Amino acid sequence: MNKTINQKAWYFVIPVFVLVAFNAAIPLMTVVNYSFQETFGNNVFAWEGTRWFKQILLSERFHASLGRQFAFTFIILLIQIPLGIAIALTMPKKGWGVPVCLILMSMPLLIPWNVVGAMWNIFALPDIGFLGHSLNAMGFDYNFTQQPGDAWFTTILMDVWHWTSLVVLLSYAGLNSIQPAYYQAAEIDGASRWATFRYIELPKMKKVLTLAILLRFMDSFMIYTEPFVLTGGGPGNTTAFLSIDLVKMALGQFDLGPAAAMSLIYFFIVLLVCWVFYNLMMKNEAQS
Amino acid sequence: MSLELKNVEKKVGIDTHIHPTSLKLEKNTINVLLGSTLAGKTTLMQIMAGLDKPTSGEIWFDGKNVTGMKVQKRNCSMVYQQFINYPNYTVYENIASPLAITGVKNDEIKQRVGKVAELLKLSAMLNKKPDELSGGQQQRTALARALVKDSDLILLDEPLANLDFKLREELREELPKLFEDRDCIVVYATTEPSDALMIGGNTATLLEGKVIQYGKTLEVYNRPENLISAKVFSDPPMNIAEITKSGDNCKFTDNDVQWKSSAKIKDGNYKIGIRPHNITTYKEGNNSVEINGKVQISELSGSESLIHFTNGSLNWVSLSNGTQQKNVGDDTKLYMNTDEFLYFDQNNRLVNNG
Repeated sequence: MNKTINQKAWYFVIPVFVLVAFNAAIPLMTVVNYSFQETFGNNVFAWEGTRWFKQILLSERFHASLGRQFAFTFIILLIQIPLGIAIALTMPKKGWGVPVCLILMSMPLLIPWNVVGAMWNIFALPDIGFLGHSLNAMGFDYNFTQQPGDAWFTTILMDVWHWTSLVVLLSYAGLNSIQPAYYQAAEIDGASRWATFRYIELPKMKKVLTLAILLRFMDSFMIYTEPFVLTGGGPGNTTAFLSIDLVKMALGQFDLGPAAAMSLIYFFIVLLVCWVFYNLMMKNEAQS
Repeated sequence: MSLELKNVEKKVGIDTHIHPTSLKLEKNTINVLLGSTLAGKTTLMQIMAGLDKPTSGEIWFDGKNVTGMKVQKRNCSMVYQQFINYPNYTVYENIASPLAITGVKNDEIKQRVGKVAELLKLSAMLNKKPDELSGGQQQRTALARALVKDSDLILLDEPLANLDFKLREELREELPKLFEDRDCIVVYATTEPSDALMIGGNTATLLEGKVIQYGKTLEVYNRPENLISAKVFSDPPMNIAEITKSGDNCKFTDNDVQWKSSAKIKDGNYKIGIRPHNITTYKEGNNSVEINGKVQISELSGSESLIHFTNGSLNWVSLSNGTQQKNVGDDTKLYMNTDEFLYFDQNNRLVNNG
């Protein structure tokens, strides 16, 4: 049989190729380009090698913001995952309560991020905000614009308010996929509520929880808009998480080289943590 | 020891799931609940177990009224159509779980789990997790969990439905033996008449939330009280026709096929039920009668041949042994074994009793 060669099909790949090039490869290459060179504008570049990377990796400023970033992500995961599961467990499984709960739960997720930041900023203002004013009226010395502890507290509270719903919705979906027969079997065995949770619900939710943790890790690790609007990284630098610090460096100080190097390091950290986490979970999966 | 349902009724909203039902199951018996999907088998079982409360009526166990008593306080176990095991427990831990919860000592658990595992051929997989097992093994694990407890009441809700043919046959043969020397009442729900026949014991035929008939399985099969029970307990479906009897002579209302009947019943109009295997392509018994049919569908399974045919307004199924090759549209001759006819009166009650 004669084989006809027709390579026209390759044309169909071009649109995707162009799209990916423009929204991922080219911007990323620009960053890579900046990270190895010094620029003084007018497209004048000088080769710097790995100098910016060394500078960033050794700088205390980067260590501090990276530390803050991990602390923030760790705290919100610690709160949102258990809280999300707990709320999902108490949600109704049938009846009119289901749509009501689902809609209420998805509300925070639908609000634009900068609106969330602005909302909480006003909400928490010590003199006129409902939260700030109430706390002060109750005798707490609360001022998130001046006291680092209060700034952290407010930022975490805001993130918990904004994103716990995601964990709730995922957990709820996981719980709903468990066949009622499992609960009956546990009931017949005489298993306690805790045992039912530990040995039926939790293992059955494992996949969606893995997804929830991954999503929340990535989102919170790259958080920018909400704390930027709420605290602007302050007071001082106490809530300047990685991306806030990065923007300050790139646009505030116009240190394009170090900022580009920092972007790449940032990118690799996210990639690495996700990869390690995903592999750990999948390894677990393979064992069981 | 016995389990007795007294006028048990279950309503959900305006729907009646179980019509008032009275049923007495004795110790050391296997009782099959036979009926199609939505006949109320599962609801009835859940009421027996105490997982669900009846809207009205009482449940008595061992001479005590247990209506409304929680399932944890009753000594029962249940196996489901889906393979229900604790996903991250090993087979051993799964089987041991009902014992561990009630605080049985470790040595005893080990001994009892070992015994049950051997009975169910699971000894080699005690350290595996349910995901690593085949469907048949997963269901064996679930069965072992039900057996290890020495329950007074063991409920099996279509336990073989999700298994493939081979495994189903294998487990179905073993099942009755598993319960032989146990001091318990076994209830087995199924949609398949052949399951009921193989398991034996007693059978209750169910239709739309009503128990139609309850008795020894063979009794119910051979002498269904009424047409509904006969229909439920027949697969492929029973063939039904209107007939007229005068003297010894019987005749179909719709065609001229005639036969002599020894049934001691009055002259008049009746309905007859003929099970498919009593219509064959060859003569069987001394009193077989010929009937013409136009072949509609012909299914061969190797050892059996299912031929759907029409004769006037009748649309019937016949089941013959061996491969009986027929072409669709052919006219063919079939033979009905008149000794096996079931005669029902106009109220659908069986009249040729015995």
